[in-house]
Amino acid sequence: MSNPKYKWIGTRPDRPDGADKVTGRARFAADFNLAGQLIGKVLRSPHAHARIKSIDTSKALALPGVKAVVTAKDFPEQADLTVPAGEMQVNLRDVTRNIMAREKVLYEGHAVAAVAATTEAIAKQALSLIKVDYQILPHVIDVAEAMKPGAPVLHETLMTEGAKPPATKPSNIAKRIEFAKGDTKAGFAKAEVIIERSFTTQAVHQGYIEPHAALASASEDGQVQIWSTTQGHFQVRGFCARLLNMETSQIRVTPSEIGGGFGGKTVVYLEPLAVRLSQKSGKPVKMTMSREDVFRASGPAPGGNVHVKIGAMKDGRIVAGECTVEMQAGAFPGSPVGPACMCSFACYDIDNVFIVGFDVVSNRPKVAAYRAPGAPISSFAVESTIDMLCQQLNMDPIDLRLKNAATKGTKTAYGVTFGVIGMVETLQAAKDSPHYKTPVKPGFARGVAAGFWFNVGADSSAAAHVGEDGTVTVISGNPDIGGSRASLALMAAEELGIDYDKIRPVIADTASIGFNFVTGGSRVTFATGLAVVNSVRDLIRDLKSRAAKTWGVDPDGVIWENGMAKPAGSNVGTFEPLSIAQLAATAGKTGGPINGHAQLNVTGAGPGFGVHVCDLAVDADTGIVTIGRYTAAQDVGTAIHPSYVEGQLQGGAVQGIGWALNEEYIYNAQGRLANAGFLDYRIPVASDLPMIETVLVEVPNPTHPYGVRGVGEVPIIPPLATVGNAVARATGLRMLDLPLSPPKLSAALDAARPLMAAE
Amino acid sequence: MAKIHVTTTINGAPTEFLCDPSQTLLDVLRDQLGLTGSKEGCGSGDCGACSVTVDGRLVCSCLVLAPEAEGAKVETIEGMAQGDKLHPLQKKFVEMAALQCGICTPGFLIASRALLERNNNPTETEIRYWLAGNLCRCTGYDKIIHAVMEVAAEMRESAK
Repeated sequence: MSNPKYKWIGTRPDRPDGADKVTGRARFAADFNLAGQLIGKVLRSPHAHARIKSIDTSKALALPGVKAVVTAKDFPEQADLTVPAGEMQVNLRDVTRNIMAREKVLYEGHAVAAVAATTEAIAKQALSLIKVDYQILPHVIDVAEAMKPGAPVLHETLMTEGAKPPATKPSNIAKRIEFAKGDTKAGFAKAEVIIERSFTTQAVHQGYIEPHAALASASEDGQVQIWSTTQGHFQVRGFCARLLNMETSQIRVTPSEIGGGFGGKTVVYLEPLAVRLSQKSGKPVKMTMSREDVFRASGPAPGGNVHVKIGAMKDGRIVAGECTVEMQAGAFPGSPVGPACMCSFACYDIDNVFIVGFDVVSNRPKVAAYRAPGAPISSFAVESTIDMLCQQLNMDPIDLRLKNAATKGTKTAYGVTFGVIGMVETLQAAKDSPHYKTPVKPGFARGVAAGFWFNVGADSSAAAHVGEDGTVTVISGNPDIGGSRASLALMAAEELGIDYDKIRPVIADTASIGFNFVTGGSRVTFATGLAVVNSVRDLIRDLKSRAAKTWGVDPDGVIWENGMAKPAGSNVGTFEPLSIAQLAATAGKTGGPINGHAQLNVTGAGPGFGVHVCDLAVDADTGIVTIGRYTAAQDVGTAIHPSYVEGQLQGGAVQGIGWALNEEYIYNAQGRLANAGFLDYRIPVASDLPMIETVLVEVPNPTHPYGVRGVGEVPIIPPLATVGNAVARATGLRMLDLPLSPPKLSAALDAARPLMAAE
Repeated sequence: MAKIHVTTTINGAPTEFLCDPSQTLLDVLRDQLGLTGSKEGCGSGDCGACSVTVDGRLVCSCLVLAPEAEGAKVETIEGMAQGDKLHPLQKKFVEMAALQCGICTPGFLIASRALLERNNNPTETEIRYWLAGNLCRCTGYDKIIHAVMEVAAEMRESAK
């Protein structure tokens, strides 16, 4: 498959970093080392909630080999100031408390001190010598419990923002938000069918295989270098500058290859600690999280309680929808409850919608972004309820969704009116897929669900440099998390009219390219892609002016075609076309180096829609779910490198399957995480899955020169309800609480058996 | 504590190192020998990112004590390509986009090679179970399984 409109876009060349990644040569964060480096380790709270009465580090500091110890005292207090971090917002006052606990520890795993020592063994021994005097406080893990009057309050100053009536005393509810369209009261009054249910989902971890790691080296003149695994090295620079009271120009961050992030590497944990330890010790400091640390102390995605009410006419037309979302923020305010609310009904054109969301803190690690933050949670509830509607009205789940699908001109409950979108096309593509056209095998049942994500633009910078032989280096500043270098190089090749392998895409450190917002929000191929296209256009302008100079004509008399400068017409004169290599060879005589640059704030991200289909069987005795067939259809705008677009759909779908079937944070009575490892926190493995079939629907985004829409996030949204709906149809049992793990499912089936037999 | 002197062969090269009795093979490979292609994803044998072979046996090097390498032949990702020629699995993984972030890739390649050395005609299910000890969070495994199936087919073709 290739795109007939283009020469390079839509092809599947080898990725530029392929050889490095299959030979072990690619350098991930833990692969960086500096001569004389120390090893940094973090002491973490064993308690879910406690006041820190005192910390005595003297014995640790006295241990031979220990070169520095830091606690919260080594980090300046921060103002109550909210800044963007990935697709979420964070408050700097909270961020400094999250990287190092101050007055209280708020979750098990919360950092309370860090040491740097000559060896890892000494560093670990030093941690055991730090004496923290805790006053243990009552804790609260569950969101519903945390919202109750009388629950242990995490932050004595937290008053609910947007509360109606205004809050008069502190609670764990950080914020109440509301979105409304039309009149749901009138809508429900008109409805012939009303279905209302409450759903819960559990906290899950992004589960990147590469743990957080950072290496920092501070010089005596105040300059700092950092190498770390991050989705945004400019954000690492920004956070470190704020948290350490430094200027951004003093900090140079080089991103390593990143071993997965999915949103979880848009914030900082280790970097500021490593810098501070390096400043205090005068040596480079390397820090790496263990897998257990990753689970206990780095951002999971929240769990949530979602109440949904849907009213419809007997022909399947939905006339009213209500949704209440209570979402875990973790220890500090800032859950993705906003996008969860906005995405809940966004797939559909519904006249009357009312959505309320609550951002709720509890004694869990602060949540971080995870692929379409918040959306899978609300979507699970809404799409499950819609499936119940389909069952009750005996309608095909795709037909009912087609009847209600959002189209161009649909106004969402959050106020935006959709431009060109592909929800209808995607539903139709799913319906026409080989999978959906094949009857369900005996013993299996089929589930369908849809999902929506906004996609993001934001700030990007890029440059294109011509080498003296006419090959081109394309420089951008977004860590490549899933093949974006290939897609950027393909767009540059298309634009420039030269071969893909004449272009080398590189990712520059913070001192070598202008600012770039994080790799997140499905923005890199779209927004940074646009910056690359614009930098190449700037380069072409320069190339044309060099040809004009060579020929002694006006620059307007030169066109760029198939990698060559040509006279615009016969009136300009007769000249042999000049290739990029020829223009590069004579650059010294025509004005020096030939470069292009672009920097922009990109708007107009095209929203994405996905529709998934799953056939599965449930073992009634064990509750084990076997997925027999799975298809993910999605409007991808234009597939720049289709293999990596498919890969996004497949990977996202499988993360969603894990969320639906097995993954969950399990807490014990003391508020400690009971499954902080890959053995007990079970992400999908190869033998759990079939092939994941994909259908790439291409409805180009009119705001991008190549029609790009972000693709990375949508595919994690539909699987939760797709799997849940299939399980409901396989067992006759509607499970309202995720995950549908074998013990839970078999217990529910056992409980339902006499009931079902009686019916 | 006295260090242990270990004499071993790594990727065909005679190698000696000194280690603590409690050090893992993974730590020695990465921290002492500079062979950072083997990755630590969990340190508990659950993710397979540190997969190597010891005397042909596929192991998680985070679960092997370094002194156990005494007299053994250890193969790591760094020894998979021959000169500038990628192993067919390495080539196919790139061609078929069987990696996204790439952190799990060395482990998958070592594990896949170990499978195909034993069985060049595995079923899809056999591949999926053989690779069930290697976690990938990016790809959903689809393109990895396809790549291994494709290389197996090529191996059978060239063996004819």
